[in-house]
Amino acid sequence: MRRSMLFLPGNNPNMLINGNCLGSDAVIFDLEDAVSPAEKDAARILVRNTMRYMDFRGCELIVRINSIDTPYWQRDLDAILPQQPGLILLPKTGTAKDVQEADAYITELEQKLGFAPNTVGLMPLIETALGVENAFAIATAADRVQALFLGAEDLTADLHCKRTKEGREIEYARTRLVMAARAAGVEVYDTPFTDVNDDEGIYKDASYAKALGFSGKASISPRHVGAINQVFSPSQADIDYAYEVMDAIALAKEQGKGAIALRGKMIDAPIVARAEQTIAMAEALGLGRSEQ
Amino acid sequence: METKLVKSIREAVQLSGLKDGMTVSFHHHLRNGDFVLNMVMEEIAALGLKDIFVNASSLFDVHTPMLQHIENHVVTGISADYISGGLGRPISQGIMDKPVQFRTHGGRPSDISLGRTPIDVAFIAAPTADPMGNCSGKYGKSACGSLGYAFADAMYAKKVVVITDNLVQYPLQDFSISEDYVDYVVCVDAIGDPKGIVSGTTQITRDPVGLVMADLAAKVIEASGLLKDGFSFQTGAGGASLAAASFLKDIMLKKGIQGSFGLGGITGYLVDMLHAGCFRSLLDVQCFDLKAVESIRSDPRHQEISAMHYASPSSRSAAVDSLDVVILGATEIDTDFNVNVHTDSNGYIMGGSGGHSDTAAGAKLAMIIAPMFRARLPIVTDRVTCISTPGRDIDVLVTQGGIAVNPKNVELKQRLTAAGLPVVDMQALKEKAERITGKPNRLPKGDRAVAEVIYRDGTLLDTIYNVK
Amino acid sequence: MEITKCAAAGTMESSDAYVEIEPCENALVVELQSVVQAQFGDAIEATVRQVLSECGVKAAKVRVVDRGALECVIRARVETAAMRGKGEA
Repeated sequence: MRRSMLFLPGNNPNMLINGNCLGSDAVIFDLEDAVSPAEKDAARILVRNTMRYMDFRGCELIVRINSIDTPYWQRDLDAILPQQPGLILLPKTGTAKDVQEADAYITELEQKLGFAPNTVGLMPLIETALGVENAFAIATAADRVQALFLGAEDLTADLHCKRTKEGREIEYARTRLVMAARAAGVEVYDTPFTDVNDDEGIYKDASYAKALGFSGKASISPRHVGAINQVFSPSQADIDYAYEVMDAIALAKEQGKGAIALRGKMIDAPIVARAEQTIAMAEALGLGRSEQ
Repeated sequence: METKLVKSIREAVQLSGLKDGMTVSFHHHLRNGDFVLNMVMEEIAALGLKDIFVNASSLFDVHTPMLQHIENHVVTGISADYISGGLGRPISQGIMDKPVQFRTHGGRPSDISLGRTPIDVAFIAAPTADPMGNCSGKYGKSACGSLGYAFADAMYAKKVVVITDNLVQYPLQDFSISEDYVDYVVCVDAIGDPKGIVSGTTQITRDPVGLVMADLAAKVIEASGLLKDGFSFQTGAGGASLAAASFLKDIMLKKGIQGSFGLGGITGYLVDMLHAGCFRSLLDVQCFDLKAVESIRSDPRHQEISAMHYASPSSRSAAVDSLDVVILGATEIDTDFNVNVHTDSNGYIMGGSGGHSDTAAGAKLAMIIAPMFRARLPIVTDRVTCISTPGRDIDVLVTQGGIAVNPKNVELKQRLTAAGLPVVDMQALKEKAERITGKPNRLPKGDRAVAEVIYRDGTLLDTIYNVK
Repeated sequence: MEITKCAAAGTMESSDAYVEIEPCENALVVELQSVVQAQFGDAIEATVRQVLSECGVKAAKVRVVDRGALECVIRARVETAAMRGKGEA
């Protein structure tokens, strides 16, 4: 479950060591944009050590390495992969070939380390017009790909347009990415909301992303994590309805009925699938059916 | 009409009849911008007086010239509620022959009013005064707002000298301390540096860990059962405490709760809560920023209270007795919930109780906010270096790594657990922090008492030893 | 591998450490200044020496200014300084 993913600058000890206390389901240790070229080596070692020595139970670790057109990405992987991150976030992914190049190197390292194949997942960061247009090909370029991730800041620069709070300029990219990811059977995560002090704005933006089909949302500020978690958690009404659906299905089986209606609506396979997802997520969050 | 105006501080000292071995007193409303204590002590030294006891509500880094007077035996005894590092460090190194006495903001006026700590001459810095001694902190270029800590000094000292830099015509309107207590008035060029008196604005923290703690703190208050109409609240001026107040404000507005009063040292954040309708009034013993000063001057709902009204245990009642929730800080807290705010991690004096133990004793819920560790040092220890506030008065510790509830407060623990908050055992929290930081070596304890921590009821709570 | 040039790593921020390393003949000199000297001074010096040994540094002059960094951070900063001092960064 990755409702929220919090970016933490890779060369800032104070942020890294407290990463598991900030409430997000996953943290993204950033070796790319948050680190100046002169400190790439320092950040790489610091992130590696943080992963090696600190206890991050209950918080998935994701590392954003440098893009494959830089001299850093292979050394990033050399240092980080032995620590078994949950996912590698690959910036500026534009084509299926980019994914395959990273995948080949990770496969090589996994073999050296004695890891089972695809132990470490890959999450291409789509932040160019080329990447958006190739989204499905990227999502299906390797079995290692577990999710797509939208990066709106670089994308809007590439589109020659302004990034706005309303986000009309990334409407196409958002829907395109959700479509491609779902078609490929992988998860899809939304770009951070960048106004740290707009508590209402983050709630709106996250709600909209959820409505479009995103599985979760990244954040650059711990202040946004609470709102994102809330938006991407099932509501009590969702949970209660899901249990009602499962009850109705059980009853139908008992009575030997093939089809059954609940609240005047036929329960079909997609509704059952959605109910199962909701219950699984509620259980993971320790939430239950309301008492009545 | 003959006035009480005298030409200089020196003349006031001479007229007051101050002699060797006597006690003088000062308030700390001008905080780190205060000129008055230094000016007075300089005259006392110049007059050749010795063996003076200084009873100050607090001492700040600006008061380090006192070191010279200590060295020359002009000053041989000190009582204060708070001493910052500039003087605290040398005191910890043992510059005083007699241990410094630490009191609390409630204990100090209590001991003064009961005659336990008689004052011979009180010197009261007043941002505005008239020639007969009516004075106020609300007006003038050195405005500090409330003069709450000066009332006991004015009422009980044998002689009272008001020192101002804004002399106005008699009678001063809206005075705080009235002329019937005042013997002499001195007008000087400046009683303080406005930059050090109040902050421009006090800021909530941007530190992510601070924000996480603040969020948890607000949720603890929400789940405590105390957050309902009539709710009363005090918080310190620390970044995380202010952030907690800001989150609490959101909860109160969302739920439509109208509290009764905000208490204590008042910041702009509590003023905002007053304006937003979270409280009916503010009871203000000290202003921390310009917004608070402006508010106490112009808004009748924002009222000045004396330190006796604020927190004295020998008052017929004090505001802290009606307090629901207080948020406090700590440099250390031990597994019995005893809190240290007097010394730093190396044992040097750099603070004091202020109103810490008074509000903890009075409030229904006394909450400590502190990170699990600061600069590699775990906040939870087996035994604090110095007990500033006894553990029996502390209900809950909020850290980014979980919330520890004092076992004596069974109901609170149940409520927080039911609300899904991350309640952890104090011992487990200590171990969790030590797994991250490593276990620190215990510091060797000095062999000489440098300070006594006197509880609000006048009894000795703990002794602080020198640092080797 | 030898330390061939002066190098530094880390910052003076709270929870970080600043490490300087320079060539030195036949001796490993570690100089430590820490805000938690009394509580962790010995442990920190042992950590610094261990990391230098793991990096194969036998002779160097190392100065650590510790601002309350956790062990994993000190390790990272010493290793980074050593790599830079060897010209491997």
